[in-house]
Amino acid sequence: MTDSAPIISTHDLAIGFQAIRSRHTPKTVASGIDVSLSGGEIVCLLGPNGSGKSTLIRTLTGLHAPLSGKISLYQKPLAEYNARQVARKISTVLTDRVTIGNLTVYELVSFGRSPYTGWFGSLESRDREIVEWAIESTGIEEFVDRDILRLSDGERQKVMIARALAQDTSAIMLDEPTAHLDLPNRVEIMQLLRSLAHETQKSILLSTHELDLALKAADTLWLIGREGNLVTGTPEDLVLDGTFESVFRQDSFDFDRSTGSFRLHHPSRQKVYLQGDQVGVFWTRRALEREGYRVVDSPDSSLQIEISGTDEHFRWKVSNGDSGTETHSSIAALLAHLRNLRS
Amino acid sequence: MMVQQGDNNSKQPGGVRPLYFFLLIAGVVGLFLLNIMLGSVDIPLSDILHVLTGAGATHEAWQKIIINIRIPRAITAILAGSALSIGGLQMQTLFRNPLAGPSVLGITAGASLGVAMVMLAAGTITSIFAIQQLSVLGSWLIIGAASVGSAAVLLLILLISIKVRDNVTLLIIGLMIGNITIALVSIWQYFSRPQQIQDYLIWTFGSLGGVSLEQLWIVALVTVLGVAIALGLSKSLNGLLLGEQYARSMGLSVTSARIWIISSTSLLAGAITAFCGPIGFVGIAVPHLARSLLGTNDHRVLIPGTLLIGAMLLLACDIIAQVPGTTTTLPISAVTSMIGSPVVIWVIIQRKNLQASF
Repeated sequence: MTDSAPIISTHDLAIGFQAIRSRHTPKTVASGIDVSLSGGEIVCLLGPNGSGKSTLIRTLTGLHAPLSGKISLYQKPLAEYNARQVARKISTVLTDRVTIGNLTVYELVSFGRSPYTGWFGSLESRDREIVEWAIESTGIEEFVDRDILRLSDGERQKVMIARALAQDTSAIMLDEPTAHLDLPNRVEIMQLLRSLAHETQKSILLSTHELDLALKAADTLWLIGREGNLVTGTPEDLVLDGTFESVFRQDSFDFDRSTGSFRLHHPSRQKVYLQGDQVGVFWTRRALEREGYRVVDSPDSSLQIEISGTDEHFRWKVSNGDSGTETHSSIAALLAHLRNLRS
Repeated sequence: MMVQQGDNNSKQPGGVRPLYFFLLIAGVVGLFLLNIMLGSVDIPLSDILHVLTGAGATHEAWQKIIINIRIPRAITAILAGSALSIGGLQMQTLFRNPLAGPSVLGITAGASLGVAMVMLAAGTITSIFAIQQLSVLGSWLIIGAASVGSAAVLLLILLISIKVRDNVTLLIIGLMIGNITIALVSIWQYFSRPQQIQDYLIWTFGSLGGVSLEQLWIVALVTVLGVAIALGLSKSLNGLLLGEQYARSMGLSVTSARIWIISSTSLLAGAITAFCGPIGFVGIAVPHLARSLLGTNDHRVLIPGTLLIGAMLLLACDIIAQVPGTTTTLPISAVTSMIGSPVVIWVIIQRKNLQASF
């Protein structure tokens, strides 16, 4: 992280919705928010559904009024900027789907120059250079002439990011940029954002549901908890000190620190001991946990599985106390055998 | 238009656009002349060109017909076609709805209510208030009433649009408000004297021939003003294509853009409706034709294109309405609906999905 002054910082910020009529009370979604964004870092905003991720992003971009507290943009209150000035500092990619057609990718990206162009929106050569740079940086050159209606979801998201880049701001805020995308596209978008943050020294804030990806890609995590508090830190620190676990704990599953993934709860859990090849153990463990077994570290359980072999040819030797041992050549066969044992 | 001057990016779309604009302008000029030629008496092109260049026609009667009737009528057609189309285009962008237009959302109905108020209320003393006899002051009065009427309906719909995000619902609400407005007018008619009702009824058929030369200046002035506002809004309209939140995030003031769009549309729809009666379907159909032809939603290109196509369409409709060679004249609103509706159907079928062509 850079030690220069932050681009955006908040102090005791409360977000939510103003009272519509006098008899209503304002609805606070999250409060006591003290965060800051610096150049060159990518921040992932995580939190359960309805915890206020979108509201926070829209509040920080000035699209939504804060309930109380301070937001500073370059050490000056955000409220003192007009819309055009804010648009030169912060750009955003929203969840609103763009449904129109008859517009080429180039035209859409060039709309990002709005805060700089004159009343008619004509592009100067400098604007054109930035638009072309944005197109190059997001790797969408091959379809600049295509109608935006004929883009796949992943392509469209890149185009929207290019439009935000063309706005030439020091911060980009994205609300769920990976929603509706398949896995390769999700990873690609995250990689793109990460390299943009590091290469352009922009500050990138994105909200997401993808805990896995966020843990891997973010320099900093912002976690909104159930009580509307916001915790920040380096992903690994938040995992190790249990914050991550406490935010995402639910009745039916919890976060497993040792694997960095979620584990479903099961009412009755038989213990099982695994030993053998490391890769084999990893995947067998996942399958067994899904089936409701608890993998233990000591061999005092009656059910033991030994995994042998390498090079894609694994064997599973199951020993179950009295009923002797049996060997299987696939996890499917192993699971079928275990289901038989139980019934 | 602006996008392709003097740079090396040959991949940019719209290389044929200047040609399209040339053809459109040629089309407007051609139809303008044809419109003046054809009518109850056919006048040769040479005479029209003579009159237009100030040389005078071979017959004195033709000279009078051309100067006093045909030219004002053709200019009215150009103004009405452009004004209603530009109004429709702005509505479609503001509501992000391909079926929006002055007549569908009840804006013309609002203008009708304004006109009815002036004609039926003032007429309780005398029925001289027929549009043709209006003085210049009276013209402003009726334009004002029609614009206020359309602005009132538009504001109401805009208020509802804040609550109702769904486009189809909003459209139905617009239709209903239009119905209420029309119902108000008919109640008013019910209690009015037959002579006044007749004046009003003739007005509702729509006519491009009722505008005198002095009134034409007023209509032209208001149309130019409305179109100028729309052109000035093209950057905001482009931003609004992506939705209000995006427009704001790109530094555009959505509230002031909305107010200007409403002002421009009310002026355009109000002025034309006041003098020509409610003319339907031009406002919906023409922006779609312009998008299909020019292949863009960029308002800097779309507004001039829509303007020219609107002028052409209404000039053509007026030629049909005059039924060349006969003394019969059909109501212009009937002709535009008969031509406009199939155009909308054609666009929907062509594009499979109107939302997508928008």
